[in-house]
Amino acid sequence: MDLEYTAGERAFRDEVRAFVRARLPGDIARKVLEHRRLEKDDYVRWQDILAERGWLAGHWPREFGGCGWTAVESHIFDEETAAAGAPRLIPFGLNMVAPVIMAFGSAWQKSHYLPRIRANKDWWCQGYSEPGAGSDLASLRTRAVREGDHYVVNGQKTWTTLAQHADMIFCLVRTDTTVKKQEGISFLLVDMHAPGVAVRPIVTLDGEREVNEVFFENVRVPAQNLVGEEGKGWTYAKYLLGHERTGIAGVGASKRELATLKAIARSERRNGRPLAEDPLFAARMAQVEIELIALEATVMRVLASRGSAPGPEASILKIKGTEIQQALTELMMDAVGPYAAPFRPEAMALDAEDAPVGPEYAAPLAARYFNYRKVTIYGGSNEIQRNIIAQMVLGL
Amino acid sequence: MDFSFSEEQQLLRDSLARFVAREYPFEKRRAIVRSAEGFSREIWAQLAEMGLLGLTLPAAHGGFGGTAVDTLVAMQALGGGLVVEPYLASAVLGAGTVARAGTPAQRERLLPAAARGELLLTLAHGEAGARYDLAQVAARARRAGTGFVLDGRKAVVPWGAQADVLVVSARTAGAEREAAGISLFLVERAAKGVSVRGYRTIDGQRAAEVALDGVTVDAGALLGPLDEALPIIERVVDVGAAALCAEAVGVMETLNAQTLDYLKTRQQFGQPIGRFQALQHRAVDMFIHLEQSRSLALLAAVRADAEDAVERARTVSAAKAHLGRSGRLVAQAAIQLHGGMGVTDEMPASHYAKRLTMIDFQLGDADHHAARFAALG
Ligand SMILES: Cc1cc2nc3c(=O)[nH]c(=O)nc-3n(C[C@H](O)[C@H](O)[C@H](O)COP(=O)(O)OP(=O)(O)OC[C@H]3O[C@@H](n4cnc5c(N)ncnc54)[C@H](O)[C@@H]3O)c2cc1C
Repeated sequence: MDLEYTAGERAFRDEVRAFVRARLPGDIARKVLEHRRLEKDDYVRWQDILAERGWLAGHWPREFGGCGWTAVESHIFDEETAAAGAPRLIPFGLNMVAPVIMAFGSAWQKSHYLPRIRANKDWWCQGYSEPGAGSDLASLRTRAVREGDHYVVNGQKTWTTLAQHADMIFCLVRTDTTVKKQEGISFLLVDMHAPGVAVRPIVTLDGEREVNEVFFENVRVPAQNLVGEEGKGWTYAKYLLGHERTGIAGVGASKRELATLKAIARSERRNGRPLAEDPLFAARMAQVEIELIALEATVMRVLASRGSAPGPEASILKIKGTEIQQALTELMMDAVGPYAAPFRPEAMALDAEDAPVGPEYAAPLAARYFNYRKVTIYGGSNEIQRNIIAQMVLGL
Repeated sequence: MDFSFSEEQQLLRDSLARFVAREYPFEKRRAIVRSAEGFSREIWAQLAEMGLLGLTLPAAHGGFGGTAVDTLVAMQALGGGLVVEPYLASAVLGAGTVARAGTPAQRERLLPAAARGELLLTLAHGEAGARYDLAQVAARARRAGTGFVLDGRKAVVPWGAQADVLVVSARTAGAEREAAGISLFLVERAAKGVSVRGYRTIDGQRAAEVALDGVTVDAGALLGPLDEALPIIERVVDVGAAALCAEAVGVMETLNAQTLDYLKTRQQFGQPIGRFQALQHRAVDMFIHLEQSRSLALLAAVRADAEDAVERARTVSAAKAHLGRSGRLVAQAAIQLHGGMGVTDEMPASHYAKRLTMIDFQLGDADHHAARFAALG
């Protein structure tokens, strides 16, 4: 047994680390490290820098212009970038629609969309959920009717993350209402700028705009934007779920947040001593750190055994990863005591004009705690993940 | 043994519940929270008219001489409607301190006006870095002639920018974390040298940073004994913490009801999601948390007025520690069971969840009270 990275992997890690140190813009890193609001431009700038280096889609196979990184290399890349305060890569194009196009897309789709995604040309969003179809995704009702060489789309998607920035949306749509519900679903790529597409914000409990409703009214979509075969959308969507990388565990980002938590706990005081030395608080921090160490090792075990397409074990990573993320936001909020309460959306911007209330790091923490309630809900809620493990792993 | 409320208490509970249902629909609360002052003078006047603002103030000074159990009844009802008006800050903490520590003249000057809703008070005690330690006071008051001059900073003072009179703690002797040497002063918010920076809190209330720079007060501003205010502060804070527990129970009642309602109406996989056992068990845990919390909130209210300081403190800390944790868990579960809807601003449940969570950050969090409980044996 050898739990260390190989010499080649260590060299790769050093290369990534050096690149990030040299090229990650300081203002963007500060926003991430200080939990400030990220604007569209922040994501775009960083992704452009990676695209230029050829690393935006480094985990893609070489035949599609990637670097063909191994699962371990991808993990190292995620870790190093997250630790330095890089924003997460917007996954919808890179990690969601791209693998589906690679596996099932037409030659035209591969040659048109994949290079654009790799070069950070289009911002994609994910159009799965609907008001009536959340966990029960297969009951979705957005209709696409074939008329000549177009589909005409009518219906509504919801919870669409950052759709306000998007150029393209990949949708699950109903193309046949006469068959079993899973069999009447197709996978369609829709131009967000097409006539008939409307985006309306949903304000979240922290006052931010991160999700949207997307409406389709007689939107004409060229038939060449159908991925694979009509009626096979559900199969492709499931393929995608199984293909989700181990990145969903978010280990790198959680390690970074743990370090931030410790720094805050050293600077806060309880009974005249650093909070980090308070036995109760130290024990709570230790518990999360131990879970995180275990999760990292679990991720590595999955990577070592299964390569890049984990099976139902991915549900373990999603459940534990998100629980740890939430525990970290909670401890950070608790750490600042009464200064968790002030709510000043203007303080979510970097270098806000007015002086902070309380310690500078305190301002975003409660809002962030509430925002992070989402992570156990989206991407297949943790209840659904537990159902998957119960059925697929435990055979219950 | 009798856990029933008196006839007057039942009457108060029912009329407040009706009032909240009629006068405090959620959309109105939204507008109030967004308003410049952050609370409604009209609602405030109505609460005064109902006798709420003088509920526990002495009968001799415009109040009704009620107990902490009366406060529980009031806070639970207000919590149920997520009422933001500064009842806790003004009636319980601010006026409560004056009632407990004031001379007859001080009481007569402030309490009848407070009971009528014409005067807003608050307790300006917490400081940056003090966390929940009540003895940590760095603000200073030094003698000047017959009066005092105050200097210092007060942190996250509830409704500090709206209050007319601040009950300010300051050191007249001793070092920063010493029990002895703390005194209380009545300070007009409009007084020279007082600057207040108000802001919203994440649960829709208001608070402020208060700076005192050479604030001159006369001898009549000293509230209670010189150097020996800490026991008074501890008592008032215990009463306030018990009141917060009651509020939390009210918030939880509504939040649990909203969540149950959602479980019964939201359909996925061709059935109400409440049919899934995983969610049923979560809802059952929310229910058990509520009942355990209700019990502790009652104990805390009954003992909050107790003369035995240890019994009082232990019970209040037990309740506040429990409510801190159970409130956190109930809020988390409520959001989770609402799915995506749970993280929207549109859904009242998210606002209830936020208030329920943030109650833990007022007057001592779960860790603080668990440690205090343990230390008291
Ligand atoms: C911040 C955020 C961003 C999102 N981004 C996107 C996006 O970009 N694109 C997109 O398509 N979607 C997105 N989603 C939607 C997300 O995938 C759904 O919210 C999720 O699938 C849950 O669906 P729902 O909200 O309708 O909740 P529901 O499905 O109604 O679930 C409500 C509750 O019931 C539970 N539940 C449901 N079924 C079962 C069951 N069988 N057994 C046990 N428990 C069950 C759930 O776990 C949850 O606790 C996002 C959601 C959020 C909150």
